[in-house]
Amino acid sequence: MELRQLTALELGAVIRRGEVSVAEAAQAALAAIEAEDGALNSFITVEGERALERAAQLQPGVKEAQSPLYGVPMALKDNICTKGIKTTCASKILGDFRPPYDATVVERLAAAGALGLGKLNLDEFAMGSTSETSWYGPTRNPWDPDRAPGGSSGGAAAAVAAGLSWYAVGSDTGGSIRQPAAHCGVTGIKPTYGTVSRYGLVAYASSLDQMGPVCRDAGDCAAVLDVLQGRDRRDATSLDGDYGHLLESLSGDVRGLRVGLPAECFGDGLDGQVRQAVLAAADVLKSRGAQLVELSLPALEYGVPAYYIIAAAEASSNLARFDGVKYGWRAQGYGDLSELYHKTRTQGFGLEVKRRILLGSFVLSAGYYEAYYRKALQVKAVIKGAFDEAFARCDLLLTPVAPATAPRLGESLGDPLEMYLGDVYTVPANLAGLPGLSMPCGFDRQGLPIGAQLIGPHFGEGRLLNAAYAFQQDTHYHKQTPKGGQRA
Amino acid sequence: MKITTELIAHISQLSRLSLPEGEQAAMAAQLERIVDYMDVLSRLDTGDIEPMSHVFPVRNVLRADEEQPSCDREALLANAPARDEESFLTPKSVE
Repeated sequence: MELRQLTALELGAVIRRGEVSVAEAAQAALAAIEAEDGALNSFITVEGERALERAAQLQPGVKEAQSPLYGVPMALKDNICTKGIKTTCASKILGDFRPPYDATVVERLAAAGALGLGKLNLDEFAMGSTSETSWYGPTRNPWDPDRAPGGSSGGAAAAVAAGLSWYAVGSDTGGSIRQPAAHCGVTGIKPTYGTVSRYGLVAYASSLDQMGPVCRDAGDCAAVLDVLQGRDRRDATSLDGDYGHLLESLSGDVRGLRVGLPAECFGDGLDGQVRQAVLAAADVLKSRGAQLVELSLPALEYGVPAYYIIAAAEASSNLARFDGVKYGWRAQGYGDLSELYHKTRTQGFGLEVKRRILLGSFVLSAGYYEAYYRKALQVKAVIKGAFDEAFARCDLLLTPVAPATAPRLGESLGDPLEMYLGDVYTVPANLAGLPGLSMPCGFDRQGLPIGAQLIGPHFGEGRLLNAAYAFQQDTHYHKQTPKGGQRA
Repeated sequence: MKITTELIAHISQLSRLSLPEGEQAAMAAQLERIVDYMDVLSRLDTGDIEPMSHVFPVRNVLRADEEQPSCDREALLANAPARDEESFLTPKSVE
Protein backbone atom coordinates (compact mmCIF):
# COMPACT_ATOMS: atom_id res chain seq x y z
CA MET A 1 0.00 0.00 0.00
CA GLU A 2 1.41 3.41 -0.97
CA LEU A 3 0.49 5.25 2.21
CA ARG A 4 1.39 8.65 0.83
CA GLN A 5 -1.33 8.34 -1.80
CA LEU A 6 -4.11 7.99 0.78
CA THR A 7 -6.29 10.78 2.06
CA ALA A 8 -6.18 11.49 5.79
CA LEU A 9 -9.50 9.70 6.31
CA GLU A 10 -8.34 6.69 4.28
CA LEU A 11 -5.15 6.49 6.33
CA GLY A 12 -7.16 6.86 9.54
CA ALA A 13 -9.32 3.92 8.42
CA VAL A 14 -6.42 1.56 7.68
CA ILE A 15 -4.78 2.50 10.99
CA ARG A 16 -8.04 1.72 12.77
CA ARG A 17 -8.34 -1.64 11.01
CA GLY A 18 -4.81 -2.50 12.12
CA GLU A 19 -3.48 -2.77 8.56
CA VAL A 20 -0.94 -0.05 9.22
CA SER A 21 0.57 1.03 12.51
CA VAL A 22 0.76 4.65 13.56
CA ALA A 23 4.57 4.33 13.57
CA GLU A 24 4.58 3.05 9.98
CA ALA A 25 2.55 6.05 8.89
CA ALA A 26 4.86 8.44 10.76
CA GLN A 27 7.95 6.77 9.33
CA ALA A 28 6.58 6.97 5.78
CA ALA A 29 6.08 10.72 6.19
CA LEU A 30 9.45 11.31 7.87
CA ALA A 31 11.26 9.36 5.14
CA ALA A 32 9.48 11.39 2.45
CA ILE A 33 10.37 14.65 4.20
CA GLU A 34 13.98 13.55 4.53
CA ALA A 35 14.19 12.62 0.85
CA GLU A 36 12.21 15.44 -0.74
CA ASP A 37 11.95 18.46 1.51
CA GLY A 38 15.51 19.62 0.98
CA ALA A 39 14.40 20.81 -2.45
CA LEU A 40 10.91 21.93 -1.41
CA ASN A 41 11.65 23.67 1.92
CA SER A 42 8.07 23.27 3.15
CA PHE A 43 9.13 22.53 6.75
CA ILE A 44 11.04 24.88 9.05
CA THR A 45 11.22 22.33 11.86
CA VAL A 46 10.85 18.55 11.62
CA GLU A 47 10.20 16.79 14.93
CA GLY A 48 11.11 13.22 13.94
CA GLU A 49 11.96 11.83 17.34
CA ARG A 50 8.96 13.40 18.98
CA ALA A 51 6.71 12.05 16.19
CA LEU A 52 7.90 8.49 16.72
CA GLU A 53 7.45 8.78 20.50
CA ARG A 54 3.95 10.05 19.92
CA ALA A 55 3.24 7.16 17.52
CA ALA A 56 4.19 4.65 20.21
CA GLN A 57 2.01 6.47 22.70
CA LEU A 58 -1.01 6.50 20.32
CA GLN A 59 -0.83 2.91 19.07
CA PRO A 60 -2.48 1.19 22.09
CA GLY A 61 -5.53 3.48 21.76
CA VAL A 62 -6.23 2.73 18.09
CA LYS A 63 -9.13 0.37 18.71
CA GLU A 64 -10.99 2.72 21.03
CA ALA A 65 -10.30 5.86 19.00
CA GLN A 66 -13.22 8.27 18.61
CA SER A 67 -11.79 10.44 15.85
CA PRO A 68 -11.49 9.20 12.24
CA LEU A 69 -8.16 11.06 12.15
CA TYR A 70 -6.66 9.20 15.11
CA GLY A 71 -2.98 8.46 14.48
CA VAL A 72 -2.82 10.38 11.20
CA PRO A 73 0.38 12.45 10.90
CA MET A 74 -0.07 16.14 10.20
CA ALA A 75 1.84 19.42 10.43
CA LEU A 76 1.23 22.96 11.62
CA LYS A 77 1.99 26.32 10.07
CA ASP A 78 4.81 27.81 12.11
CA ASN A 79 2.77 30.71 13.48
CA ILE A 80 0.80 28.32 15.72
CA CYS A 81 2.26 27.95 19.22
CA THR A 82 3.49 24.51 20.23
CA LYS A 83 4.70 23.98 23.78
CA GLY A 84 8.45 23.44 23.85
CA ILE A 85 8.72 23.27 20.04
CA LYS A 86 10.38 26.12 18.19
CA THR A 87 7.78 28.54 16.77
CA THR A 88 9.35 31.04 14.40
CA CYS A 89 6.68 32.77 12.30
CA ALA A 90 9.48 32.47 9.69
CA SER A 91 11.05 35.55 11.29
CA LYS A 92 14.55 36.23 12.52
CA ILE A 93 13.09 38.22 15.41
CA LEU A 94 11.57 35.15 17.10
CA GLY A 95 14.97 33.48 17.24
CA ASP A 96 14.73 30.15 19.06
CA PHE A 97 11.38 30.95 20.71
CA ARG A 98 9.79 27.89 22.32
CA PRO A 99 6.29 28.74 23.52
CA PRO A 100 5.46 27.86 27.13
CA TYR A 101 1.96 26.73 26.04
CA ASP A 102 0.05 25.04 23.23
CA ALA A 103 -2.48 26.84 21.04
CA THR A 104 -6.07 25.70 21.62
CA VAL A 105 -6.13 24.03 18.19
CA VAL A 106 -3.01 22.05 19.16
CA GLU A 107 -4.76 20.82 22.32
CA ARG A 108 -7.86 19.89 20.32
CA LEU A 109 -5.79 18.03 17.71
CA ALA A 110 -3.89 16.18 20.44
CA ALA A 111 -7.18 15.12 22.06
CA ALA A 112 -8.30 13.70 18.69
CA GLY A 113 -5.12 11.63 18.42
CA ALA A 114 -3.23 13.73 15.89
CA LEU A 115 0.49 13.17 15.42
CA GLY A 116 2.58 16.25 14.66
CA LEU A 117 5.44 15.97 12.17
CA GLY A 118 6.72 19.51 12.57
CA LYS A 119 6.25 23.15 11.69
CA LEU A 120 5.65 24.53 8.21
CA ASN A 121 7.15 27.43 6.30
CA LEU A 122 5.24 30.64 5.64
CA ASP A 123 5.72 34.25 4.70
CA GLU A 124 7.25 36.10 7.65
CA PHE A 125 4.43 36.64 10.18
CA ALA A 126 2.02 35.41 7.46
CA MET A 127 2.54 38.66 5.55
CA GLY A 128 2.83 37.79 1.90
CA SER A 129 1.21 35.87 -0.90
CA THR A 130 4.12 33.68 -2.06
CA SER A 131 5.93 32.25 1.01
CA GLU A 132 9.08 33.98 -0.24
CA THR A 133 9.48 36.46 2.63
CA SER A 134 10.45 33.67 5.06
CA TRP A 135 13.72 34.17 6.97
CA TYR A 136 14.20 30.43 6.40
CA GLY A 137 14.14 30.77 2.61
CA PRO A 138 11.30 30.35 0.11
CA THR A 139 9.17 27.22 -0.22
CA ARG A 140 8.95 25.86 -3.77
CA ASN A 141 5.83 24.73 -5.56
CA PRO A 142 5.78 20.92 -5.91
CA TRP A 143 4.18 21.27 -9.36
CA ASP A 144 7.06 23.41 -10.65
CA PRO A 145 10.11 24.16 -8.48
CA ASP A 146 10.67 27.48 -10.26
CA ARG A 147 7.34 28.72 -8.97
CA ALA A 148 6.04 29.90 -5.62
CA PRO A 149 3.49 27.76 -3.75
CA GLY A 150 1.43 30.85 -2.90
CA GLY A 151 1.16 32.16 0.60
CA SER A 152 1.25 32.77 3.30
CA SER A 153 0.47 29.10 4.20
CA GLY A 154 2.75 27.99 1.33
CA GLY A 155 4.57 25.36 3.37
CA ALA A 156 1.24 23.82 4.39
CA ALA A 157 -0.09 23.62 0.83
CA ALA A 158 3.23 22.41 -0.62
CA ALA A 159 3.68 19.69 2.03
CA VAL A 160 0.16 18.32 1.54
CA ALA A 161 0.42 18.47 -2.27
CA ALA A 162 3.78 16.72 -2.24
CA GLY A 163 2.51 13.95 0.02
CA LEU A 164 4.79 14.87 2.93
CA SER A 165 1.89 15.30 5.35
CA TRP A 166 -1.71 14.00 5.17
CA TYR A 167 -3.07 17.34 6.23
CA ALA A 168 -1.95 20.64 7.66
CA VAL A 169 -3.39 23.48 9.69
CA GLY A 170 -2.79 26.95 8.31
CA SER A 171 -4.06 30.44 9.00
CA ASP A 172 -5.92 32.80 6.71
CA THR A 173 -6.02 36.57 7.22
CA GLY A 174 -6.68 37.60 3.61
CA GLY A 175 -6.51 34.35 1.67
CA SER A 176 -3.49 32.64 3.21
CA ILE A 177 -5.11 29.19 3.26
CA ARG A 178 -7.18 29.45 0.08
CA GLN A 179 -4.63 30.95 -2.32
CA PRO A 180 -1.75 28.51 -1.64
CA ALA A 181 -4.27 25.64 -1.70
CA ALA A 182 -5.26 26.82 -5.19
CA HIS A 183 -1.66 27.19 -6.38
CA CYS A 184 -0.74 23.71 -5.09
CA GLY A 185 -3.88 21.81 -6.17
CA VAL A 186 -5.20 20.98 -2.68
CA THR A 187 -8.41 21.80 -0.80
CA GLY A 188 -8.49 24.32 2.05
CA ILE A 189 -11.10 26.16 4.06
CA LYS A 190 -11.08 29.34 6.12
CA PRO A 191 -13.96 28.92 8.53
CA THR A 192 -16.37 31.55 9.83
CA TYR A 193 -14.54 34.08 12.02
CA GLY A 194 -14.87 33.09 15.66
CA THR A 195 -15.50 29.37 15.11
CA VAL A 196 -11.86 28.31 15.61
CA SER A 197 -10.12 29.70 18.68
CA ARG A 198 -7.22 32.04 17.90
CA TYR A 199 -5.61 31.39 21.28
CA GLY A 200 -1.98 30.54 20.50
CA LEU A 201 -2.03 31.79 16.92
CA VAL A 202 0.61 34.52 16.68
CA ALA A 203 -1.55 37.52 15.81
CA TYR A 204 -1.18 39.35 12.51
CA ALA A 205 -4.58 41.08 12.13
CA SER A 206 -6.75 39.80 14.95
CA SER A 207 -10.13 40.84 13.52
CA LEU A 208 -9.41 38.89 10.32
CA ASP A 209 -7.17 35.95 11.35
CA GLN A 210 -8.69 32.49 11.36
CA MET A 211 -7.10 29.03 11.27
CA GLY A 212 -8.29 26.15 9.14
CA PRO A 213 -7.33 22.92 7.36
CA VAL A 214 -5.32 22.35 4.20
CA CYS A 215 -6.12 18.87 2.88
CA ARG A 216 -6.30 16.58 -0.12
CA ASP A 217 -10.09 16.78 -0.46
CA ALA A 218 -13.29 18.16 1.00
CA GLY A 219 -13.95 15.10 3.18
CA ASP A 220 -10.61 15.52 4.95
CA CYS A 221 -11.29 19.23 5.42
CA ALA A 222 -14.63 18.43 7.07
CA ALA A 223 -13.01 15.90 9.42
CA VAL A 224 -10.23 18.29 10.44
CA LEU A 225 -12.58 21.21 10.90
CA ASP A 226 -14.77 19.05 13.14
CA VAL A 227 -11.71 18.77 15.40
CA LEU A 228 -10.68 22.45 15.24
CA GLN A 229 -14.00 24.22 15.77
CA GLY A 230 -15.39 24.98 19.19
CA ARG A 231 -16.00 27.73 21.69
CA ASP A 232 -12.94 28.68 23.76
CA ARG A 233 -13.07 30.98 26.74
CA ARG A 234 -9.46 32.02 26.06
CA ASP A 235 -10.51 33.74 22.81
CA ALA A 236 -13.08 36.43 23.56
CA THR A 237 -14.17 36.53 19.90
CA SER A 238 -14.94 32.81 19.89
CA LEU A 239 -18.57 31.92 19.14
CA ASP A 240 -21.02 29.33 20.40
CA GLY A 241 -22.20 26.95 17.70
CA ASP A 242 -23.36 23.47 16.87
CA TYR A 243 -19.97 22.08 15.96
CA GLY A 244 -18.62 18.66 15.09
CA HIS A 245 -21.09 17.37 12.46
CA LEU A 246 -19.46 18.49 9.22
CA LEU A 247 -18.10 15.13 8.12
CA GLU A 248 -21.34 13.24 8.79
CA SER A 249 -23.34 15.91 6.94
CA LEU A 250 -21.58 15.42 3.57
CA SER A 251 -24.13 13.99 1.14
CA GLY A 252 -23.06 15.28 -2.27
CA ASP A 253 -26.64 16.42 -2.82
CA VAL A 254 -26.66 19.93 -4.27
CA ARG A 255 -30.08 19.81 -5.91
CA GLY A 256 -31.70 23.22 -5.67
CA LEU A 257 -28.56 24.85 -4.27
CA ARG A 258 -28.37 28.43 -5.59
CA VAL A 259 -24.80 29.18 -6.66
CA GLY A 260 -24.12 32.89 -7.19
CA LEU A 261 -21.58 34.06 -9.76
CA PRO A 262 -20.60 37.69 -9.03
CA ALA A 263 -19.88 39.45 -12.34
CA GLU A 264 -17.06 41.47 -10.71
CA CYS A 265 -15.08 38.30 -10.09
CA PHE A 266 -15.00 37.27 -13.73
CA GLY A 267 -14.04 40.56 -15.37
CA ASP A 268 -10.82 42.43 -16.15
CA GLY A 269 -7.59 41.18 -14.67
CA LEU A 270 -8.62 37.52 -14.61
CA ASP A 271 -6.57 35.03 -16.62
CA GLY A 272 -8.66 33.45 -19.38
CA GLN A 273 -7.77 29.88 -18.48
CA VAL A 274 -8.68 30.46 -14.83
CA ARG A 275 -12.02 31.99 -15.85
CA GLN A 276 -12.81 29.01 -18.06
CA ALA A 277 -11.93 26.45 -15.37
CA VAL A 278 -14.00 28.18 -12.67
CA LEU A 279 -17.03 28.56 -14.95
CA ALA A 280 -16.67 24.88 -15.86
CA ALA A 281 -16.83 24.11 -12.12
CA ALA A 282 -20.12 26.00 -11.98
CA ASP A 283 -21.41 23.76 -14.78
CA VAL A 284 -20.44 20.63 -12.84
CA LEU A 285 -22.52 21.81 -9.87
CA LYS A 286 -25.34 22.67 -12.27
CA SER A 287 -25.22 19.18 -13.77
CA ARG A 288 -25.81 17.84 -10.25
CA GLY A 289 -28.91 19.97 -9.84
CA ALA A 290 -27.59 23.28 -8.56
CA GLN A 291 -29.01 26.49 -9.93
CA LEU A 292 -26.66 29.21 -11.21
CA VAL A 293 -27.52 32.80 -10.27
CA GLU A 294 -25.76 35.73 -11.94
CA LEU A 295 -25.39 38.73 -9.68
CA SER A 296 -23.37 41.86 -9.16
CA LEU A 297 -21.37 42.86 -6.07
CA PRO A 298 -19.74 46.19 -6.93
CA ALA A 299 -18.53 46.65 -3.32
CA LEU A 300 -15.94 43.91 -3.85
CA GLU A 301 -13.82 46.42 -5.76
CA TYR A 302 -13.05 48.10 -2.42
CA GLY A 303 -11.97 44.92 -0.67
CA VAL A 304 -8.21 45.11 -1.27
CA PRO A 305 -7.65 48.71 -0.11
CA ALA A 306 -9.92 48.27 2.93
CA TYR A 307 -8.22 45.00 3.79
CA TYR A 308 -4.66 46.30 3.57
CA ILE A 309 -5.51 49.35 5.70
CA ILE A 310 -7.16 47.29 8.44
CA ALA A 311 -4.61 44.46 8.34
CA ALA A 312 -1.63 46.85 8.41
CA ALA A 313 -3.16 48.87 11.25
CA GLU A 314 -3.70 45.78 13.38
CA ALA A 315 -0.27 44.41 12.46
CA SER A 316 1.45 47.62 13.56
CA SER A 317 -0.21 47.22 16.94
CA ASN A 318 0.13 43.42 17.29
CA LEU A 319 3.80 43.40 16.32
CA ALA A 320 4.68 46.05 18.90
CA ARG A 321 5.27 43.14 21.30
CA PHE A 322 8.42 42.06 19.44
CA ASP A 323 10.97 44.24 21.14
CA GLY A 324 13.86 41.99 22.12
CA VAL A 325 12.91 41.88 25.80
CA LYS A 326 10.57 39.01 26.68
CA TYR A 327 11.40 36.42 24.04
CA GLY A 328 13.10 35.97 20.72
CA TRP A 329 16.14 37.63 19.26
CA ARG A 330 17.89 40.80 20.55
CA ALA A 331 20.27 43.00 18.56
CA GLN A 332 23.76 43.71 19.90
CA GLY A 333 25.38 47.07 20.56
CA TYR A 334 22.61 49.21 22.06
CA GLY A 335 22.98 52.05 24.52
CA ASP A 336 19.58 52.78 26.02
CA LEU A 337 16.21 51.01 25.97
CA SER A 338 14.94 52.95 22.97
CA GLU A 339 17.99 51.96 20.96
CA LEU A 340 17.47 48.34 22.00
CA TYR A 341 13.93 48.44 20.58
CA HIS A 342 14.94 50.22 17.37
CA LYS A 343 17.92 48.02 16.58
CA THR A 344 16.17 44.76 17.41
CA ARG A 345 13.08 45.59 15.35
CA THR A 346 14.99 47.11 12.42
CA GLN A 347 17.35 44.16 12.12
CA GLY A 348 14.89 41.49 13.25
CA PHE A 349 11.96 42.15 10.87
CA GLY A 350 12.13 41.61 7.11
CA LEU A 351 11.24 44.23 4.54
CA GLU A 352 7.59 43.26 3.92
CA VAL A 353 6.84 43.17 7.65
CA LYS A 354 8.44 46.60 8.11
CA ARG A 355 6.45 47.94 5.17
CA ARG A 356 3.17 46.80 6.72
CA ILE A 357 4.06 48.08 10.19
CA LEU A 358 4.91 51.49 8.70
CA LEU A 359 1.73 51.51 6.61
CA GLY A 360 -0.24 50.61 9.74
CA SER A 361 1.36 53.35 11.81
CA PHE A 362 0.58 55.76 8.97
CA VAL A 363 -3.14 54.92 8.65
CA LEU A 364 -3.55 55.12 12.43
CA SER A 365 -1.55 58.32 12.93
CA ALA A 366 -3.04 61.69 13.78
CA GLY A 367 -4.25 63.44 10.64
CA TYR A 368 -4.72 60.26 8.59
CA TYR A 369 -6.82 58.05 10.86
CA GLU A 370 -10.17 59.39 9.62
CA ALA A 371 -9.33 59.26 5.93
CA TYR A 372 -7.87 55.76 5.99
CA TYR A 373 -8.52 53.59 9.03
CA ARG A 374 -12.00 54.85 9.92
CA LYS A 375 -12.94 54.89 6.26
CA ALA A 376 -11.78 51.29 5.84
CA LEU A 377 -13.96 50.19 8.77
CA GLN A 378 -16.93 51.87 7.11
CA VAL A 379 -16.13 50.09 3.84
CA LYS A 380 -15.98 46.83 5.78
CA ALA A 381 -19.59 47.48 6.84
CA VAL A 382 -20.53 48.15 3.20
CA ILE A 383 -18.94 44.88 2.06
CA LYS A 384 -20.62 42.92 4.85
CA GLY A 385 -23.96 44.46 3.79
CA ALA A 386 -23.35 43.55 0.14
CA PHE A 387 -22.74 39.91 1.10
CA ASP A 388 -25.91 39.90 3.24
CA GLU A 389 -27.90 41.01 0.18
CA ALA A 390 -26.19 38.46 -2.04
CA PHE A 391 -27.03 35.63 0.37
CA ALA A 392 -30.68 36.59 0.19
CA ARG A 393 -30.53 35.62 -3.50
CA CYS A 394 -28.17 32.64 -3.41
CA ASP A 395 -26.85 30.02 -0.99
CA LEU A 396 -23.17 30.41 -1.78
CA LEU A 397 -20.89 32.26 -4.17
CA LEU A 398 -18.47 30.73 -6.66
CA THR A 399 -15.43 32.79 -7.71
CA PRO A 400 -11.81 32.26 -8.71
CA VAL A 401 -9.33 32.07 -5.81
CA ALA A 402 -6.60 34.04 -7.56
CA PRO A 403 -6.43 35.96 -10.85
CA ALA A 404 -3.71 33.65 -12.21
CA THR A 405 -1.88 30.41 -11.42
CA ALA A 406 1.32 30.24 -9.32
CA PRO A 407 3.87 32.99 -10.08
CA ARG A 408 7.53 32.36 -10.79
CA LEU A 409 9.78 32.73 -7.74
CA GLY A 410 10.95 36.30 -7.34
CA GLU A 411 8.35 37.67 -9.75
CA SER A 412 6.13 39.23 -7.07
CA LEU A 413 8.72 40.60 -4.67
CA GLY A 414 9.65 43.74 -6.59
CA ASP A 415 6.14 45.18 -6.68
CA PRO A 416 4.23 44.94 -3.39
CA LEU A 417 1.10 46.67 -4.69
CA GLU A 418 0.84 44.21 -7.56
CA MET A 419 1.09 41.36 -5.05
CA TYR A 420 -1.63 42.90 -2.85
CA LEU A 421 -3.95 43.18 -5.87
CA GLY A 422 -3.66 39.41 -6.36
CA ASP A 423 -5.70 38.99 -3.15
CA VAL A 424 -8.76 40.61 -4.73
CA TYR A 425 -11.04 37.54 -4.60
CA THR A 426 -10.07 36.27 -1.16
CA VAL A 427 -9.94 39.32 1.16
CA PRO A 428 -13.69 40.13 1.09
CA ALA A 429 -14.54 36.91 2.99
CA ASN A 430 -12.10 37.91 5.76
CA LEU A 431 -13.53 41.42 6.01
CA ALA A 432 -17.05 40.01 6.37
CA GLY A 433 -15.98 37.09 8.61
CA LEU A 434 -17.39 34.56 6.12
CA PRO A 435 -16.24 31.00 5.44
CA GLY A 436 -14.33 30.52 2.18
CA LEU A 437 -13.19 27.28 0.58
CA SER A 438 -10.64 26.67 -2.15
CA MET A 439 -10.80 23.54 -4.32
CA PRO A 440 -8.82 22.41 -7.36
CA CYS A 441 -10.86 22.86 -10.56
CA GLY A 442 -8.41 22.43 -13.42
CA PHE A 443 -4.93 23.01 -14.79
CA ASP A 444 -3.54 25.65 -17.08
CA ARG A 445 -1.48 24.91 -20.19
CA GLN A 446 1.71 24.76 -18.08
CA GLY A 447 0.13 22.06 -15.96
CA LEU A 448 -0.30 24.34 -12.94
CA PRO A 449 -3.35 23.86 -10.70
CA ILE A 450 -6.28 26.28 -10.78
CA GLY A 451 -8.50 26.85 -7.74
CA ALA A 452 -12.18 27.74 -7.41
CA GLN A 453 -13.47 29.51 -4.32
CA LEU A 454 -16.79 28.97 -2.59
CA ILE A 455 -17.93 31.66 -0.13
CA GLY A 456 -20.87 31.08 2.20
CA PRO A 457 -22.84 32.96 4.84
CA HIS A 458 -21.76 32.85 8.50
CA PHE A 459 -21.70 29.25 9.75
CA GLY A 460 -22.03 28.07 6.13
CA GLU A 461 -19.06 25.67 6.33
CA GLY A 462 -21.27 22.62 5.89
CA ARG A 463 -22.80 24.04 2.74
CA LEU A 464 -19.38 24.87 1.24
CA LEU A 465 -17.88 21.50 2.12
CA ASN A 466 -20.88 19.66 0.71
CA ALA A 467 -20.71 21.58 -2.57
CA ALA A 468 -16.97 20.85 -2.82
CA TYR A 469 -17.63 17.21 -1.91
CA ALA A 470 -20.26 17.02 -4.67
CA PHE A 471 -17.85 18.61 -7.15
CA GLN A 472 -15.14 16.12 -6.20
CA GLN A 473 -17.51 13.18 -6.78
CA ASP A 474 -17.61 14.12 -10.46
CA THR A 475 -14.07 15.43 -11.01
CA HIS A 476 -10.54 14.17 -10.54
CA TYR A 477 -8.52 17.41 -10.20
CA HIS A 478 -8.08 16.85 -6.46
CA LYS A 479 -6.62 13.41 -7.16
CA GLN A 480 -3.81 14.61 -9.39
CA THR A 481 -0.41 14.74 -7.76
CA PRO A 482 2.69 16.64 -8.89
CA LYS A 483 4.92 15.00 -11.48
CA GLY A 484 2.03 13.40 -13.34
CA GLY A 485 0.74 11.11 -10.61
CA GLN A 486 -2.84 10.35 -9.70
CA ARG A 487 -4.36 9.04 -6.51
CA ALA A 488 -6.80 6.16 -6.66
CA MET B 1 -0.65 61.97 -1.55
CA LYS B 2 3.07 62.69 -1.29
CA ILE B 3 4.90 60.47 1.20
CA THR B 4 7.98 62.51 2.12
CA THR B 5 11.09 61.22 3.83
CA GLU B 6 10.05 63.41 6.81
CA LEU B 7 6.78 61.46 7.04
CA ILE B 8 8.73 58.20 6.79
CA ALA B 9 10.92 59.39 9.67
CA HIS B 10 7.82 60.23 11.73
CA ILE B 11 6.04 56.90 11.22
CA SER B 12 9.34 55.03 11.68
CA GLN B 13 9.65 56.64 15.09
CA LEU B 14 6.04 55.65 15.92
CA SER B 15 6.91 52.09 14.83
CA ARG B 16 10.26 51.95 16.67
CA LEU B 17 12.03 51.24 13.39
CA SER B 18 15.15 52.96 12.01
CA LEU B 19 15.39 52.40 8.28
CA PRO B 20 18.90 52.86 6.90
CA GLU B 21 19.10 56.06 4.83
CA GLY B 22 19.50 54.05 1.65
CA GLU B 23 16.12 52.35 2.21
CA GLN B 24 14.07 55.40 3.11
CA ALA B 25 13.50 56.79 -0.37
CA ALA B 26 12.49 53.41 -1.78
CA MET B 27 10.09 52.82 1.13
CA ALA B 28 8.59 56.30 0.62
CA ALA B 29 8.02 55.59 -3.07
CA GLN B 30 6.41 52.20 -2.39
CA LEU B 31 4.15 53.51 0.35
CA GLU B 32 3.15 56.44 -1.85
CA ARG B 33 2.03 54.07 -4.58
CA ILE B 34 0.12 51.90 -2.10
CA VAL B 35 -1.53 54.89 -0.40
CA ASP B 36 -2.46 56.40 -3.78
CA TYR B 37 -4.17 53.17 -4.66
CA MET B 38 -6.02 53.16 -1.33
CA ASP B 39 -7.49 56.52 -2.22
CA VAL B 40 -10.01 54.64 -4.42
CA LEU B 41 -11.95 54.30 -1.17
CA SER B 42 -12.77 58.00 -1.34
CA ARG B 43 -14.92 57.25 -4.41
CA LEU B 44 -17.33 55.35 -2.17
CA ASP B 45 -19.72 57.58 -0.25
CA THR B 46 -19.80 56.06 3.23
CA GLY B 47 -21.67 59.05 4.74
CA ASP B 48 -22.72 58.24 8.28
CA ILE B 49 -22.20 54.48 8.10
CA GLU B 50 -21.04 53.19 11.47
CA PRO B 51 -17.43 51.91 11.26
CA MET B 52 -17.49 48.14 11.80
CA SER B 53 -14.75 46.67 13.96
CA HIS B 54 -16.33 43.25 14.47
CA VAL B 55 -18.70 41.46 12.13
CA PHE B 56 -20.50 39.73 14.97
CA PRO B 57 -22.19 41.86 17.59
CA VAL B 58 -20.18 40.30 20.42
CA ARG B 59 -19.40 42.65 23.26
CA ASN B 60 -18.35 42.51 26.89
CA VAL B 61 -17.60 38.82 26.95
CA LEU B 62 -17.32 37.96 30.64
CA ARG B 63 -16.23 34.87 32.44
CA ALA B 64 -16.48 33.78 36.03
CA ASP B 65 -13.82 35.43 38.19
CA GLU B 66 -12.12 32.29 39.41
CA GLU B 67 -8.60 31.85 40.66
CA GLN B 68 -6.42 29.84 38.30
CA PRO B 69 -2.71 29.21 38.18
CA SER B 70 -0.95 31.47 35.68
CA CYS B 71 2.00 30.40 33.58
CA ASP B 72 5.08 29.30 35.47
CA ARG B 73 7.59 32.15 35.84
CA GLU B 74 10.60 30.08 34.93
CA ALA B 75 8.85 28.85 31.76
CA LEU B 76 8.18 32.46 30.75
CA LEU B 77 11.69 33.67 31.52
CA ALA B 78 13.25 30.77 29.63
CA ASN B 79 12.79 32.55 26.29
CA ALA B 80 14.23 35.92 27.39
CA PRO B 81 17.36 37.16 25.60
CA ALA B 82 18.61 38.62 28.91
CA ARG B 83 17.33 37.74 32.39
CA ASP B 84 18.21 37.11 35.98
CA GLU B 85 16.51 34.80 38.47
CA GLU B 86 13.15 36.56 38.40
CA SER B 87 13.14 39.37 35.82
CA PHE B 88 13.70 40.34 32.22
CA LEU B 89 16.81 42.53 31.92
CA THR B 90 16.86 45.75 29.89
CA PRO B 91 18.98 48.90 29.97
CA LYS B 92 17.91 51.30 32.74
CA SER B 93 14.91 53.36 31.59
CA VAL B 94 14.08 55.51 34.64
CA GLU B 95 16.42 57.47 36.82
